[in-house]
Amino acid sequence: MTRIIAILFLSISIFTSSFAGSDGENELSKIKNGEVKDCFEKLNRGIFAFNQAIDGTIFEPLAKGYKYLPSPVRTGTSNFVGNVSTLLTIPNNVLQGDLDIAGKNTLRFIVNTTIGIVGIFDPASAIGLNSYEKEDFGQTLGKWGAGEGCYLVLPVLGPSTARDALGSLGNYMGGDAWYNVTVRNDTHYFADFDYYASKGAAGIDFRAKNFEDINNLEENSIDFYASVKSLYLQDRRKKILNAKGVTQTQNDSDWEEIE
Amino acid sequence: MSIEKIRKSLIYIVFSFLLTSNAFSISPKDFVQQTVDEAAVALGQNLSKELKIVKLKTIANKSVDIEGIGLYSIGKRRKELTDTQKEEYLDIFKKYFLKSFASRLAQYSDPKIRVDSEKYLNKKYTMVSSVLVATDDKPEVKIDWRVITKDPENPLIIDVIIEGVSLAKVQKEEFNAIIQNNNGDINALFKNLLDFVNKD
Repeated sequence: MTRIIAILFLSISIFTSSFAGSDGENELSKIKNGEVKDCFEKLNRGIFAFNQAIDGTIFEPLAKGYKYLPSPVRTGTSNFVGNVSTLLTIPNNVLQGDLDIAGKNTLRFIVNTTIGIVGIFDPASAIGLNSYEKEDFGQTLGKWGAGEGCYLVLPVLGPSTARDALGSLGNYMGGDAWYNVTVRNDTHYFADFDYYASKGAAGIDFRAKNFEDINNLEENSIDFYASVKSLYLQDRRKKILNAKGVTQTQNDSDWEEIE
Repeated sequence: MSIEKIRKSLIYIVFSFLLTSNAFSISPKDFVQQTVDEAAVALGQNLSKELKIVKLKTIANKSVDIEGIGLYSIGKRRKELTDTQKEEYLDIFKKYFLKSFASRLAQYSDPKIRVDSEKYLNKKYTMVSSVLVATDDKPEVKIDWRVITKDPENPLIIDVIIEGVSLAKVQKEEFNAIIQNNNGDINALFKNLLDFVNKD
């Protein structure tokens, strides 16, 4: 029941926001340049402060410790969580019509899970399957033309949009094979713990890789919340466009009037 | 002096001018490579963080269009500023920018940046593409530089785009959030910038 309510809430949030001021078109070009509304800014800022407290007390210290682990341990962890994420990427490659990439990623997953010992090693990159880009249901919805909807900050998970949050629900409704075999179905091979431990490890690995950058951004921002929001939204747009060249992601009209 | 001699002299002067101006102009790509090399030398030296910051500020002062970034960062509100406010804003912004820029860069030690290509966008802007070479800990990072070429003799960096994320745009949205959350009062932004400049 709570899932249905959450889906309804997010759907309303996406559609009320994307139709506000819209002339009915829903092209990617509009997504690229449109402003994303911060409909729940007060609440978002509150959750953001809560997340910062969680980061300061849990993730930052763990990431700091993680950085001291031997390099092969960190690389193995990073490879493992990356390999697990392929299970979410492949169906999204298919839904976005990128069948050749889906094929390559499937091969990559098989090679790394078997020869690479459950993904700890990455022999797939050594044989040329090295251009892996993560995809998720939020990106797929974006590629299909759905607007971002309102900007959201989710507890613990961080920045998102109504569209991306709705996409994430797809993971829990059968779209993520890793979630299915660990939490959703009782397979006797995996436990719920395996899923949550892998998600926790992914979070710590991300925090450790960006340790100085995140701390530096916080230290040098006059509104850290607004900086993170801008970084997140720009990054998502780039990922949805699958842009290779920088000129695809930049709005030149922004620069026209500088005298 | 015959007309023929005057004509020859004029042709000579025009050619000399063209040759000289070409000799002094620098392509945006070479300009960015030169700038990042200079910054890499400063960061690679065995200096205190404070001294590195001083060196980085000097480099930024001559190679970045700080005023242009400042004007871009307040968006359309720049048109509503009085001359005095504009002067005050640009003065605070410059101090803010240099402090923030140098402190952000000072964390890197001996970064290896390879400048690959340039793309002419229009008369005013050229985009230069480069990569921050991967290390054992970090993957390769794509960095693009928007270079303002209004004065071809003196190109200046006006934006840095890291993996598709424009830092100037991040700053613009940050400034906009502060102004909006203070009922459109530009003085709130000035105060925030000054607080940042004055903090230790």
